[in-house]
This record gives sequence, structure tokens and C-alpha cells, in this order.
Amino acid sequence: MCLAIPGKIVELDAENANLALVDVVGVRRKVDLGLLQDAPPVPGDWVLIHVGFAMSKISEADAADQMRTLTMLGETAAAMEEVRGYGLEEDPPEDYGKGWKQ
Amino acid sequence: MKYVDEFRSPELISKAGEEIRKLADPKQHYRIMEVCGGHTHAIYRFGLKDLLPENVELIHGPGCPVCVLPMGRIDDGLALAAEPNFIFAAFGDMMRVPGTHGSPLEYKARGMDVRIVYSPSDALKLARNNPEKHVMFFAIGFETTAPSTALTLVRAKAEGLRNFSVFCNHVTIIPAIRAILDSPDMRLDGFVGPGHVSTVIGCRPYDWIAKDEGKPVVVSGFEPLDILQSIVMLLRQLRNGEAKVENQYKRVVPWEGNSAALRAMAEVFELRPYFEWRGLGFISQSALKIRASYAEWDSEQRFIVPGVRVTDPKAAQCGEVLKGVLKPAQCKLFGRECTPEQPVGALMVSSEGSCAAYYNYEHRKPVTIASSMAV
Repeated sequence: MCLAIPGKIVELDAENANLALVDVVGVRRKVDLGLLQDAPPVPGDWVLIHVGFAMSKISEADAADQMRTLTMLGETAAAMEEVRGYGLEEDPPEDYGKGWKQ
Repeated sequence: MKYVDEFRSPELISKAGEEIRKLADPKQHYRIMEVCGGHTHAIYRFGLKDLLPENVELIHGPGCPVCVLPMGRIDDGLALAAEPNFIFAAFGDMMRVPGTHGSPLEYKARGMDVRIVYSPSDALKLARNNPEKHVMFFAIGFETTAPSTALTLVRAKAEGLRNFSVFCNHVTIIPAIRAILDSPDMRLDGFVGPGHVSTVIGCRPYDWIAKDEGKPVVVSGFEPLDILQSIVMLLRQLRNGEAKVENQYKRVVPWEGNSAALRAMAEVFELRPYFEWRGLGFISQSALKIRASYAEWDSEQRFIVPGVRVTDPKAAQCGEVLKGVLKPAQCKLFGRECTPEQPVGALMVSSEGSCAAYYNYEHRKPVTIASSMAV
């Protein structure tokens, strides 16, 4: 929960201006950009993500630093589990289908 | 040996260690509190204590959100979710935290609909996907996570999603620091300031600690070198008789914080008159409640909350450990009745809790940076 996960903005969501597709070491998930609305990031920018929300813009070098910090702290697995979990992707059979509101 | 290869600059680390020994006056005993649980975790994992002279003592602070949450709040949240057609959603960190009658995970085993989410916006998504159920997001955390909960509530209101609410346990770090400084049995010389909380609140909110209390604060990153450099900066201030707020983590923390995040929090939250913290007791204006304009999405305004107050298991000394009065291993239950596998107290659950950190890295004595460097 307190992990700061570095990711690169791949593209902004065409339908929802608050969302962007972010790449975290090859795993791509949508994150919310609403907390960076004063200086919205653009594709190619690096951000630090907390619980599915981009919280600060950082440089590419700082992103690499942060990834190494997570590795050193033994938190890489937890960080990747968190990123994979964004959007409830981990358990679609349970969460999708029933009561799905289009 | 394992960890040493992963360090950015082992030589800089030894230099920082030397610098600390040079700066620390052998006639003095320095007590420095690292406020943030992430720092506590890093300090134990890297065995940084072993690089410090004996008269530079690190005291672990209250900055682990899971650890400071009183058990009564967990009981309250679980009591609400016992209603039919409720989904209890929370971060994974919460799942093994014991309530009086078990953890959320144990309630799940007994049939409660308990879901792990990694983002508050996914709790919102659960509500969208389950319109016949009520999704309650059990929100915890300091200012690092509070803005995300706030923005999720803004989105829920904009969408008019009525089957969603937040059981808000968000706390703020400054009043906790004040409570610790006011505590008569606590003497501290300076603070390693939290890194990620400060990306949101910036560095100004610590000004009073320097100006009014005369104690230096250095906002710090999480790498071993960051933490050691911050200790160097603190000792340098102490040697020069200074007390100011410095930012060691400039690469991530802007001095002014994140104003959009602060605005989101101000839109949705107001201060509670008081809130109970495990170990620290009731602290005034130390937690956030949801404003009346968002009452519809506030579990506490929308439903009847039992308001449970329970004391921690008597034998467990979580409170003393949280205040830094006792070291984890001085608790009677440590490593015997209370382990990360079978936690009695919350400090043993989260990897940021000082008991879990101590148990995993100190108690089991892995190869640390200091011992590997000596080889």
C-alpha cells in the first residue's frame, strides 16, 4: 500500500481524460492521473504510482532509481502484484459477469 | 554478501558511516526517530543500525498505517460488512490484521464477501460491477493514500454511484509527531522525515518541529545511502546548534508538495475532533472524516456504526513499541506467541511494522550490509 511504483505513461485514455495506460516493467495497466491535474503528464513521462494513482512526475533516472530501491527492499514482487491487481484483473471470473453494468 | 552488490555505492555508504562517527559527539547520546514505516523496514533490512555508533540510536515512529489503527475500528468495519449484500474491500495489508473475532481474511473464510483491492478506484469498480450489493472500502493510510481515496469519492459522487461508501480511517502524520513530542517519557533529538507522505504535504508542515521544538527534520529517501545521508545531515545540524527542515529526497519530494492532491483532500475530508491511535491514545485533530457534502458515500454517516472500543491483548505491548519506549524484542510475546505467521498485534503484520521488520531481519540475523562489508 505504501509502495511508490515507477511507471511510464504509454498513452492517454481516449474516452476518459483522467486515465492513462502506464507501463511498469512490461505490465500495462490504467492509472488515474487526477492528482497530477496541475501539470498533466504526457506519453513518455515517468510517474510514481501509489495505489493506482499517479502521484508525482519523476525523471527517467529517478524511475530507474526507484525500481532499484524496490528491488533492494525486496518489494519488487509486492509492487508487481499490486500493479497486476489494478483494474481487478487478477480475479475476473469472480468480479466480472454478474451484475455487469454496461 | 548478497545485499552488498545491490548497493549503488558501497564506498559512499562506508563514507557516510565514517562521517556519522565523526559528527557524533562521543559524550552525547542521540535519539533520532524515523517517522515512516518504510524507513523502519529499510533500516532493519539493510542492518543500518550496525553502521551507526552506539550513541546514535534510531527510534521507530508511528508511520505504519496498519499498526496505528485501533482494533475497534477493524471490529466496526467488519460489523458493518456483516449485513447481507455487503462487500468489504480493503488493501491486502489489512487482510491479516486481527480484529477481536478474527482478521478480515478469517471473516472471509467464514463466508463474508471480502475482497482485496490494490486501488480505491477498484473498489469503485466493484460497486459498478455489483449494483445489487453495497461495496464498502475500508480506507487506511496517511497522506500518501488519502488523496486517492478523496478522488475516488469525487468520482463516485460525480457518477452518482449509490452502492459505494468509504469507511474512513485516514490519519495525518503531523499530530502524531506532536503527540510523541508531548509525551513525557520521550526524548528525541531529531527526525528522519517521511518520504512519500512529503510528496503530498511538502516540507513546510514540519517547520514547527524545527522552529518551536528546536529539533531538526530531514525528509529522506529509502535507499541505505539516503537514510545514512539524512542522519549525517541531522547530526551536522545538531553539531552546529541548528534546527531546520531539510530535504534529502529532492529527486522525488517537491518542497511545496502536491497541491492537486491537497485540494482533493480538502474537498472531501475535514479533521475529526479526535481519533484513537493504537499505542498513542486519543489525539485531537489527527484523522480525517468525510465531509457532510459526501455523507452519502461515508459508511459512518450512512450506516449505524457500533463504535467498538477494545483494548489490545494485555500481554502484547504494541503501544510501548509504537511509542518507541520498548524495542520489539522486549515485548513478552515477541517471537513466541506473536510471529509474522501468527500475529497477535498489528506491528507483526505489516512489513512496515517494526516488529515484523525486526523479526524478519534482526531476529533471524541475515547477512547485512555491515557484516558483509567486514568480510
